[in-house]
Amino acid sequence: MSNHAAASLAHQHQFDDAEQQYEASTLGMWVFIVNEVMFFGAMICAYVVYRVVHPGVFEHASQQLNITLGLVNTTILITSSLTMALAVHGAQQGKRGQMLGYLLLTMVLGAAFLGIKGFEYAHKYSEGLVPGLNFTYTGPHADESQLFFSLYFALTGFHALHMVIGLGILGALFAVGARGMFSRDYHTPVEISGLYWHFVDIVWIFLFPLLYLLGLH
Amino acid sequence: MAEHIVSARSYFAVFFALMGLTAITVAVAFNDFGAWNNFVAIAIAVTKATLVILYFMHVRYSTHLTWVMAGAGFFWTAVMIAYVMTDYVARGWIPVPIAQ
Repeated sequence: MSNHAAASLAHQHQFDDAEQQYEASTLGMWVFIVNEVMFFGAMICAYVVYRVVHPGVFEHASQQLNITLGLVNTTILITSSLTMALAVHGAQQGKRGQMLGYLLLTMVLGAAFLGIKGFEYAHKYSEGLVPGLNFTYTGPHADESQLFFSLYFALTGFHALHMVIGLGILGALFAVGARGMFSRDYHTPVEISGLYWHFVDIVWIFLFPLLYLLGLH
Repeated sequence: MAEHIVSARSYFAVFFALMGLTAITVAVAFNDFGAWNNFVAIAIAVTKATLVILYFMHVRYSTHLTWVMAGAGFFWTAVMIAYVMTDYVARGWIPVPIAQ
């Protein structure tokens, strides 16, 4: 059954061959990722603007973030990109066990990232550093500090939302993959989902130095 | 299907490069190099992102159309931020006479 289903998915009639279909899917995913780059790019641009306008206050406010947790999360996310790449690697060779194992590991790492992020958010809430919900900081430059934390929560919040969506995608891949829908000849969804997961990693690669590292020295 | 399969060895090499660059960017951030801190942080982030795009995302082995698409997104975002900065960074460099 699975071979038949995979064969019909492997090559749909509007494409010349399976390779053209694969390239079209990859390109389509990249079009979506370009949209995402623009989406995060605009927010990062806003952050950079206000950092240039209020350099001292932003450095001081960024010192409130926990560099250790930020570094641990960076390590977790880069590792999850490796396991995702290895899951795709397994799928390309038709090794279902390897693919499912690494997908599961990627999901565990993604969940760990979100857990740590949630812990950080809870800590910021208890410190009264969450604009709109609980912002009690009244020291010098309170308004500019609030601006930093608004941008921090907007950037990391949208990143975390992408992680949650990514976990959903990986869960669906795992369920479909466990039923044997992917093979050496057809594993485009695994590859495409990998692109998404790596993109979310790239966003964090920029957020980590921008948000956590700028006020360290 | 004639797709290029990157070896697991290469994936691990990229992974260790990413980890090494993360360690460097954190180590640099603890020292004060003035404006160079920002430059190094961004340069390392761009290097890491490029490694992820080329190897983990297989762009190095993808079609030229994918190269153009991937490059365009990051290129225009860089243009957007650079042009906005020409305003905010350079504001006040040239005194503007105020109309009486």
